[in-house]
Amino acid sequence: MNIATRFLLELQELSLLAARAARGLFKKPHYVPETITQMDDIGVGSLTIVVLTGFFTGGVLTLQTYQTLASYGAVDQLGYLVGVALVRELGPVLTALMVTGRVVSAISAELGSMVVSEQIDAMRALGTDPVRKLVGPRILALMITLPLLTLIADIAGIAGGWAVSIWLFNLPSSMFMSSVRDGITTDDIQGGIIKPLFFAFLMGTIACHKGLRTEGGTVGVGRSTTTAVVTASIIVIIADFLLARALQLVFGTTT
Amino acid sequence: MMTQSSIDRPGIYSPDDQISEHAAESTFREIDDTDRAIPAIEFRNVTMTFDDRPVLNNLSFKVMKGETKIILGGSGCGKSTTIKLVLGLIKPDSGQILVNGEDVTNYSEEQMTRVRKKIGMIFQEGALFDSLSVYENVAFKLHEQGVPEDRVETEVRRMLRFVNLEAAIDNMPAELSGGMRRRVGIARALVGDPKIVMFDEPTAGLDPPTARTICELAMKLRDLEDVSSIFVTHEMNNLDYLTSEYAVVDEAGEVIFEKEGERLCLINCKVLMMRDGQVIFSGTDETLRHSEDAYIHRFLRGH
Repeated sequence: MNIATRFLLELQELSLLAARAARGLFKKPHYVPETITQMDDIGVGSLTIVVLTGFFTGGVLTLQTYQTLASYGAVDQLGYLVGVALVRELGPVLTALMVTGRVVSAISAELGSMVVSEQIDAMRALGTDPVRKLVGPRILALMITLPLLTLIADIAGIAGGWAVSIWLFNLPSSMFMSSVRDGITTDDIQGGIIKPLFFAFLMGTIACHKGLRTEGGTVGVGRSTTTAVVTASIIVIIADFLLARALQLVFGTTT
Repeated sequence: MMTQSSIDRPGIYSPDDQISEHAAESTFREIDDTDRAIPAIEFRNVTMTFDDRPVLNNLSFKVMKGETKIILGGSGCGKSTTIKLVLGLIKPDSGQILVNGEDVTNYSEEQMTRVRKKIGMIFQEGALFDSLSVYENVAFKLHEQGVPEDRVETEVRRMLRFVNLEAAIDNMPAELSGGMRRRVGIARALVGDPKIVMFDEPTAGLDPPTARTICELAMKLRDLEDVSSIFVTHEMNNLDYLTSEYAVVDEAGEVIFEKEGERLCLINCKVLMMRDGQVIFSGTDETLRHSEDAYIHRFLRGH
C-alpha cells in the first residue's frame, strides 16, 4: 500500500470512529459518570503542568522581547506583545502539546493494553460497545477541559510576563497590565477558545484510534502510544496554522 | 437414590433397569421437543483468512443444546478464532454461522449485541477489567443495563458463590492469582444465566487442582444447568475430566462428580479436533482414543 492510500485509509477510519463516538453520545445509556471521571483525570490532572508551562513561557517571552522593544523605545507595549502572543498562539498550542504528552499517551496506552489483554473483546462480548463506553467520554472530556486549560495557561502566562517585568526589569506594575488590557481583543479570546476545541477533538480521536488499533502485544502498546503522541503533536501544529488562517478570514483581520 | 435427580437432566442416559422407564420418557421428550433439535451453534463451511494466511478452511460443525463440544488442537490451528466468530468479534470471509438457528453471519455490531447477551464468554487470561474491582467486573453487564443496585449485589454474590470466590468480592483483579482471575471471568460471563458458554483455554497456565476446579465448573454448567458450550483446550487432563465424569446433586443437596461407568454413560460431551483450520476428527472421546491417525496419536500421548 502506498503512502497516499494509507493516509486516506487512516483518515477514513478516524472519521468513522469520530462519527460513531458522536452518535453514541446521543443514545442511551449516557456515560455521564465516565465523562466526569475523564474530565477529572484530564482536566484537573493536567492543571499543574499547564500552569507551569504557561507561567514560564510568559516569563521567557518577556525576557527575550524586552531588549528589542527597549531599542525602539516601546517598552510600554510589552504587555500587548506578550498577551497577544500567548492568547492567540502560545497558550492554545503549548497547552495542546503538553496535554498531548500527558493525556494522548495515557489514553492510547490504556486502550492499547485493553486490546492486548482482550478486555476490549470482553467488553464487546458482554454486550457493550467500547466506542460508546470508552471513546465518546474521552473525546468529550478533552473537548470540555482543553479550552478551560488553555484559558488557565493564558492567565498563568500573563502572570509570568508581569512578574518578570516588575521583578527583573523594574517596570511599574500597572504598565504591563494596562497594555495587556488594551492589546487583547474579544476576537483573540474567542479564537483562543475555538482552537482548543478543534485540537481536543483531533487529539482525542487520534489517541483512541491508535489505541484501539494496537496489534502485537506489549511492544504494540509502546508503538501505538508513540505514534499517537507524534501524530497528535504534528496534527495540532498543522491544524493551528490552518485554524489561524481560517479565523483571520472569519474575523476579518489580517494582523 | 441419587440418579433420580440426574435422570431428568438431558444428556445423561441411564441403562439402569429400575429407572429405564423414566429414562425412556426423558429421551423421548428430548426427541419430541423440536426446539432441542435446533443446534445451539452451527458452522457451515466457514472460511477465514488473516493476511493471506488461511486460518479456517471450510469449517463445519454443530453443537447441540445441552452439549459440550471440546475443541482440541495445537496452537494456531484456529481454535480461538472459532470462538470469536461465534460472538461476531470477527467476521468470516465466507460461510454461515448460526446461533440457535439464527443466521448471525452478516449481523451488524448492534444486532450482534443482542445475540451476545445470550452467550457467555470466558477468555484465556480472564480478560478482567483492571480498573474495576471484582464486584464491578461481575456486575458489569447489569450496571450497563441499569439494574438497581440491590438486585445487582444479590446476583453478583450468587455468581461469585458459584465459582466459590465470594470472599474476594472487594479485591482488585491485580490482587488475585491466575486461577482466581479465571474464576471471576467465569462468574462475569455467567451473569444473566446464558444458555451458551464459550471457554477459550480456561485452564492454560494453571496448576492441576485449579484446572480441575475450572473443569468442574464446566461440568456443573453442562449437567446441572443444561448449558451448551464450546470448550477450547489443548490439555489432555481437561479432556479426561470432561468426557469421563458428570455432575449430580446427592441427597444432601451437594454437587458431586461421578465417574462414567456401567450405570451411566455420558452422551452430552463430544470432541472435535482441528488442525490447520480443518476438522480432522469429530466424535466421542472413545473413538478419538482409538483413532489410527498419526497426528491424533501424537497429540494424545505427546510423542
